[in-house]
Amino acid sequence: MLNLPENFKSYSEARQEGFIRLKGLKESGKKVVGVFCSYTPTELILAADAVPVGLCGASEDPISYAEKTLPKNLCPLIKSSYGFAASDTCPYFYFSDLVVGETTCNGKKKMFEWMNEIKPTHVMQLPPGRTSGTALATWHSEMQRLKDVLSRTLQVEITDDNLRQAIHLKNRERKAILDFYDIGCLKPTPLSGYEINTLIDSNTFLFDTEEKIAILEKRTAELREDYEKNFKGKSSRPRILITGCPTGGVREKIIRRIEELGANIVGFENCSGPREQKDMVDENKDPLLALAEKYLRVNCSVMSPNPQRIEAMDEMIENYQVDGVIEVILQACHTFAIESSRIKKFVTEQKHLPYLCLETDYSQGDTGQIDTRISAFLEIIT
Amino acid sequence: MNYVGIDIGSTAAKTIVFNGEKVIASFVMPTGWSSKETAARIKGQLESLGFNVASADIKTIATGYGRISVEYADMVLTEITCHGKGGYHLFSQDGVIIDVGGQDTKVITIKHGTVSNFLMNDKCSAGTGKFIEIMANRLAVDIDELFSLAEGGTPIPISSMCTVFAESEIISHIGAGQPKTDLAAGIVQSVVSRVALLVERHDIKGICILTGGLSHNQYFRKQLGKKLGREVHTHDLGKYAGALGAALIAADKFKH
Repeated sequence: MLNLPENFKSYSEARQEGFIRLKGLKESGKKVVGVFCSYTPTELILAADAVPVGLCGASEDPISYAEKTLPKNLCPLIKSSYGFAASDTCPYFYFSDLVVGETTCNGKKKMFEWMNEIKPTHVMQLPPGRTSGTALATWHSEMQRLKDVLSRTLQVEITDDNLRQAIHLKNRERKAILDFYDIGCLKPTPLSGYEINTLIDSNTFLFDTEEKIAILEKRTAELREDYEKNFKGKSSRPRILITGCPTGGVREKIIRRIEELGANIVGFENCSGPREQKDMVDENKDPLLALAEKYLRVNCSVMSPNPQRIEAMDEMIENYQVDGVIEVILQACHTFAIESSRIKKFVTEQKHLPYLCLETDYSQGDTGQIDTRISAFLEIIT
Repeated sequence: MNYVGIDIGSTAAKTIVFNGEKVIASFVMPTGWSSKETAARIKGQLESLGFNVASADIKTIATGYGRISVEYADMVLTEITCHGKGGYHLFSQDGVIIDVGGQDTKVITIKHGTVSNFLMNDKCSAGTGKFIEIMANRLAVDIDELFSLAEGGTPIPISSMCTVFAESEIISHIGAGQPKTDLAAGIVQSVVSRVALLVERHDIKGICILTGGLSHNQYFRKQLGKKLGREVHTHDLGKYAGALGAALIAADKFKH
């Protein structure tokens, strides 16, 4: 059973509607910058008066095309991202004047070399950890480099004033997203995890940050009211926290199924959750330094060591009153796969909660086995 | 009141009838190509034994990958929960249940009599009954013969992780004239290693129980025990563990 609002818009509908909107913006002279990851400082793109857009990488369709160039045994997200670009089937990529990537994992950084042959792709050199004395300085200079690249490519001047405004706007958006996520802390939750996942991913296809904030605030208020009227005091289904890799490409076969099989996904400790948003950019500091500090703290498994992810998970398990943790590992994502044993240990031994790890790709071949694992896991909880 | 547990696996379908105190009937049949047809055959077999699943004083729980095809079941549960329950019942001790099935291998941790954790093999069939079946075919023997051959052989290492590649590896060994016994021993060893790897990902506390289609095979049991460095226990009803668990849960749920 999925609890979705009447006017619920699917991800593919939102993606479709975004095409037209972006085409209009392009025709009016706006510049577009394609992005992929939580490490991208979109503030700089906004300050350049350009539109940041999340590029497609959540579908199985272009993977076979990507495999003409990329190895088969590679993360589906990377193959899908490249496949969309190479097969010219992502209008957002088509409209992009520039693509910004980061050296997050080995698969991505090497894929960006290929992407650069199709469209100018600027790759920020993300440090592999935060502990070295030079990590912040390196990342700070990468902010400067991105600023220069944006100015040069888009032929605009990025002033400190514009940057400060963009930082303020993005912080307001973060706050709106966090308030929306907080609904998941209510027990029982009036909000489906499928809706969280869809809405957050779909919002990237709205290009007006004020509009995004308004939509989130409206939905949050509706949900608070819905909770008071229809949910408060009622019994709760098992409450699941999702962790691990991005789940956009497995939204139907994992996220939807968990809820159809009888649980509620209350929160996401991954890129679809508060991982990036919970940490504001300091508005009182030099803007480039503040951006560098903030984006270096994003606790993705590409960082080594990465104890911050465990701390974040600890907090989420408590705040969201979680009954079980399901980790999603995309095939061949080494950093999350290796970190998963640590997560399992933490969840089962420190938090004494059941933990399930699902390793999968975007294909439909394992839906039966995934269903069995999810069902068995929920049978343990109930 | 009688309680029926039906476990339709990828290879074999197992049925248990439990009267609330003891098992009063059990039978196994090949699953065949259609789980729906198998479910109908099980219904017929139960009727011939005097159990009418449609009657109000029989409660049925179906499990296994064909569970959704048992339209007359009062409830469906996954094989993890049922194997956990059945395996625990056979030995009444906490520990680890290892079920080597036709397409899945499951390792289930039992704590305080209930399932606390489980792992299943990856999508591929290495480390499952299917692997042995395919390799036995390649050696032109049946599964029991493969195990007797293995007992007299020195294992030839089979390094491919994938069943399809392992088959090519076997073919090249056959081509090189390696003795069948050594190949058979290598095949069994390969499955033992894969299963042991899955088991060792669990924190083993308590007894190790082998259930499923290979549980009657003493050679496999011993080899797995050797690899794990601990005794592996089996039971006559081992291959019925899932069906037994389903019947026992039916008794818990519907007894009143």
